[in-house]
Amino acid sequence: RLLGLIPEVLVQVLWAHLLCGWAFGSELTFELPDNAKQCFYEDITIGTKCTLEFQVVTGGHYDVDCRLEDADGTVLYKEMKKQYDSFTFTAAKNGTYKFCFSNEFSTFTHKTVYFDFQVGEDPPLFPNENRVTALTQMESACVSIHEALKSVIDYQTHFRLREAQGRSRAEDLNTRVAFWSIGEAFILLVVSVSQVVLLRSFFSDRKTTTTRVGS
Amino acid sequence: MMLTVPHAGIIILFAWLSPCNALYFHIGETEKKCFIEEIPDETMVIGKYRTQLWDKQTGSFLPATPGLGMHVEIKDPDTKIILSRQYGSDGRFTFTSHTPGEHQICLHSNSTKMALFAGGKLRVHLDIQVGEHTNNYPEIAAKDKLTELQLRARQLLDQVEQIQKEQNYQRYREERFRMTSESTNQRVLWWSIAQTVILIITGIWQMKHLKSFFEAKKLV
Repeated sequence: RLLGLIPEVLVQVLWAHLLCGWAFGSELTFELPDNAKQCFYEDITIGTKCTLEFQVVTGGHYDVDCRLEDADGTVLYKEMKKQYDSFTFTAAKNGTYKFCFSNEFSTFTHKTVYFDFQVGEDPPLFPNENRVTALTQMESACVSIHEALKSVIDYQTHFRLREAQGRSRAEDLNTRVAFWSIGEAFILLVVSVSQVVLLRSFFSDRKTTTTRVGS
Repeated sequence: MMLTVPHAGIIILFAWLSPCNALYFHIGETEKKCFIEEIPDETMVIGKYRTQLWDKQTGSFLPATPGLGMHVEIKDPDTKIILSRQYGSDGRFTFTSHTPGEHQICLHSNSTKMALFAGGKLRVHLDIQVGEHTNNYPEIAAKDKLTELQLRARQLLDQVEQIQKEQNYQRYREERFRMTSESTNQRVLWWSIAQTVILIITGIWQMKHLKSFFEAKKLV
């Protein structure tokens, strides 16, 4: 009986490995220091539909340079100082694809960049699903709900990033207002006191003859 | 055909053992790479990484590097360290967030034999899964003995739960944003009033002081 299980098990193993090569979604948020460049690589098989989405979360003018190259070094996508973009392509060659984010134009601002690189489609829930038979109505309803919820989660992510951007600007503004208010009050006091002291020093030596009143 | 335990077991074994060719990047010897995950509370995060070392002799990346470790450090939104562990050349780390916010996952190599590096670079394959992506559905199906439809329903329930958590977190963040804005508003108001008052007081003081000064000097 166990021997009879072997071909089935082999099929499962094959599916497990196929799943690996089939689909991948990588979503990462990382910090890009000033004058730095960060590259990511991924091996993609020919014919796979891929999507690269990125958004700058915090830092400076919220922009970054992005560059996507295929296995032979041909530039598929190149944009300078972009805040947010989404790029879909179908892999025309097998090999290692590379995409880089560059903050080399910035002298002192660190940037936080979020990217989502989708390769292929998500693996099905059932690796041993028989593709020949059609799904029942319930199953296809479940599949469409799943897809709709995936896009809801995606929108939520982008909304969260925009909100993080807004919030970081607001907090920055708050600290700047406090800093500059205290600074200005201090400068005000210093200037008014030194004005009086300076004025007094003009009249300290002369006594009688000059009646010029400096004002 | 329902998934039976041995089938699921084999799949799980291979999914665990053979880390797929995920996204990878290069890291220097002493370089520390940090990734940020902004997540709601009670969310599970699973990270898997695999390292490869550049071999000068063969001119390629070695598949596995014994003796090379990676130090993983995870900080919660209050910059408190919740995980700080050394793993081997292949590793898997897990944590569950207890406070909502930005968690920071940092990786750096802790090579014991520095000679291994000698002008080389380390290739790190990394895969971080958050929330409902951490669920292993074949395993759940086998454990709870679910039919296909039940498994699909379970997946949808997990997704909806994640959406709910995210929306709760959104409400908490919006509250923080509102507090920051109101604080800025208050500060602008009070400091403007304070500065106007200081201006008037110093103006009056200046005039009084100068008047008495000139009177003392017999100029007026």
